[in-house]
Amino acid sequence: MTTATARTEQVARTYVTHARPLWRRTLVTREAAIIALLAVVVAVSVATVPNFDSPLTVTFLLREIAPILLIALPMTLIIVTEEIDLSVASVVGLASVVTGLCVQAGWPFPAAMALAVAVGSVAGMINGALVTFVGLPSLAVTIGTLALFRGIAVGLLGTTAITDFPETWTDLARTNVPGTPVPGIMIVFALLAVVFAVLLHFTPFGRSLYAIGLNKEAAAFSGIDVGMTKFWLFVMSGTVAGFAGVYFTLLYNNARGDNATGMELQIIAAVLLGGVSIFGGRGALHGVIAGVLLICTLGSALRLAGVTSDIINVITGVLLIGSVVSASLLTWLHRKRVAAVGRGRAGVVEAPAGPS
Amino acid sequence: MQSDSTPATPPALELSRVVKSFGAVVALRSGSLRLERGSIHALVGENGAGKSTLVKIVAGLYRRDAGTFLLDGEPVDFHSTAESKAAGIAVIYQEPTLFPDLSVTENIFMGRQPVGRLGRIDRRAMREEAVAIFDRLGVRLDPDRLTDGLSIADQQLIEIAKAISLDARVLVMDEPTAALSGVEVERLFAVARSLRDEGRALVFISHRFDEVFDLCDTVTVMRDGAYIDTLPVAETTIDDMVRMMVGRDVTEMFPKLPAEIGPDVLEVDGLTQPGVFHDVSFTVRAGEIVGLAGLVGAGRSEVARAIFGVDPYESGSVRVSGAALPPGDPRASMARGLALVPEDRRRQGLVLDQTVARNVTLAIRGRLARHGLIWGRIENEAARTWASRLEVKTAALDAETGTLSGGNQQKVVLGKWLASDPKVLIVDEPTRGIDVGTKAEVHRLLSQLAQRGLAVLMISSELPEVLGMADRVLVMREGRLTGELDRADATPEAVMYAATADQEVSR
Repeated sequence: MTTATARTEQVARTYVTHARPLWRRTLVTREAAIIALLAVVVAVSVATVPNFDSPLTVTFLLREIAPILLIALPMTLIIVTEEIDLSVASVVGLASVVTGLCVQAGWPFPAAMALAVAVGSVAGMINGALVTFVGLPSLAVTIGTLALFRGIAVGLLGTTAITDFPETWTDLARTNVPGTPVPGIMIVFALLAVVFAVLLHFTPFGRSLYAIGLNKEAAAFSGIDVGMTKFWLFVMSGTVAGFAGVYFTLLYNNARGDNATGMELQIIAAVLLGGVSIFGGRGALHGVIAGVLLICTLGSALRLAGVTSDIINVITGVLLIGSVVSASLLTWLHRKRVAAVGRGRAGVVEAPAGPS
Repeated sequence: MQSDSTPATPPALELSRVVKSFGAVVALRSGSLRLERGSIHALVGENGAGKSTLVKIVAGLYRRDAGTFLLDGEPVDFHSTAESKAAGIAVIYQEPTLFPDLSVTENIFMGRQPVGRLGRIDRRAMREEAVAIFDRLGVRLDPDRLTDGLSIADQQLIEIAKAISLDARVLVMDEPTAALSGVEVERLFAVARSLRDEGRALVFISHRFDEVFDLCDTVTVMRDGAYIDTLPVAETTIDDMVRMMVGRDVTEMFPKLPAEIGPDVLEVDGLTQPGVFHDVSFTVRAGEIVGLAGLVGAGRSEVARAIFGVDPYESGSVRVSGAALPPGDPRASMARGLALVPEDRRRQGLVLDQTVARNVTLAIRGRLARHGLIWGRIENEAARTWASRLEVKTAALDAETGTLSGGNQQKVVLGKWLASDPKVLIVDEPTRGIDVGTKAEVHRLLSQLAQRGLAVLMISSELPEVLGMADRVLVMREGRLTGELDRADATPEAVMYAATADQEVSR
């Protein structure tokens, strides 16, 4: 309009949308690398590990990793905003105990389930409130609530376990999608994954999460309510963890205070392996799903091949460190290149680290 | 001008036809600089002219791809900043990087403390030398206090003291005055002159012409990564320099267009936040550009942030087109047609690690969504519109915003807020740190926006900008409005009086 025509001496500018061609934008990414690695691991396992591709193996593997897959979804959103939720496994344990106690007290199962999920939501609200309204770092808050929720769970049930759940429900948790070895819980996961993927990648809310993760101040100056956004993410995380706790209880027909102990680290490891930056602002959901599948498939294949669990731990640990280091290395290289070009163009730059 | 006709004393530093590129981007096509001893040499040019690249080559941060680099007539080739330092070159940046938990003295001698017997640090010798240097510079700075809490001006003096203790013969100061107050600038200049009189060579980079004329004896102009000319300052004028810098006449530095003034759009009444600002009341009308002047720290940005809702306020009210804005709710302010281009574009205005497209659409992401969903194509369309209206120079819409030059980053922030179709636009230091050409574009843009009925509140520390652009000038001092001047009455003296005078001008 008038603005553009004001400077007649300049030719109107045209802009290319992307600096790099489509194949580079889709294939030269961390997500693509993880998916490729997953494909290699699956192919090698199928070829070399006996029984790896048997329907039973597939069923058991997917059942076992369902809670990790489920909780990884909200965890991804939380880590994208540069926060973390270490209390999720404790929420799983707490929800499991709540389910057990309600069933023991003679509640109908759906009511027990509803209460357990609600307890998860409340746990998330506690995390969110401490982070948002008290202003504490989520790392500290959720280390605290990790111990707190686990303590309550164990305290409620002691060292006993409740193993008496209605058979219709435990059977439901173990059914497969008819005619396939895929457990039914995967349908729930697929629906939830679509919801979270759309939320993260195709809504204004998702856009705000990346902005928060990269620059909270600029996000606030753009009208994003940083605090409330975080609050709701923790509520989501608690709710999904609560649901995962119910599923966990049914799957193993077992409510114990120490259910899923340590699972938070598996979840966070998988999310980071899937290409989400621990410093926030980077990552995509398909990478995370591939990351979970990669860690779990590798573990399962190695176990089937007779590798002991401590060796498996060493291998997953090395894989994770390798992936985080490679990510940092790539970011560093990229930054260096971009910074060099940027400095070259910009007249005013920030002072580099003191030459002293 | 090669070494055949070597004068008795070769220049302290001489660069000629230096080239530096980063991948496909040529940052410096042909950089030349000839620095004499006992001289203060201004290096001027628009953002992106290659000044900083040249300085970084001198500092040993970058290695040149081609060209000659002589120090005292001897060819040199630095691989690191340490080598450059050892050769007697010191670079002082806009924001020094010191150790806040160490004393002033310790910072000066960091990494090369004088050692006494048994390898212990000789604190007394260190302190004595620090005192001697400060005496020589004629500045008062307690050598024993911690660096933490010192002003940027004092921190720069520590860097200069460090350079002197290293006996640097060439001092490069990269925009040292950008964050300094008037008194501090004077003190820095006094120090610079005494260093010049000791026979050292100084390079002074600044966007402020008055400082160049005040301090420097020689000026080298650069444009588009190349050397243009070197002249004695006494033989040039601001107009000449600007012409050389932009390669065209910038006739309209401040093209204020006449605009029809409409009704009050922004009404601020009795805005108070204890300790920050008190009883601030004013209005901005449609089509009007209101300048908000005052010294740095007078509370202007704080008022702007409180109006927008990013900061809280205790009492008072803000109305846009008659509707009261809830305090502390930027989203509500945006919905009512308020936009704020903040002071610090790198920290507040932009997400530097995100693409141009994402930045332009960040504030309007909700409006762009269709049925609650948003995707790349929608964002790119909007971003393309605003990038081309503002003539943002970027390779692609998915370039990271941090890779753009300062002026283009500022255009992205402006585009981001203009895209929100505001009724009131608050701009806080809209042209800080951007080059002359872009500055004029920003001014023209603001003027055109006012002409189309936008109410503009412009905070600026540059008096010529305020006087050139504003229909009305408000002046703040220590958190209070101390003056309101019509365009006709707004002289530099009147504004400065209101900004500094002790008695309050009654409204």
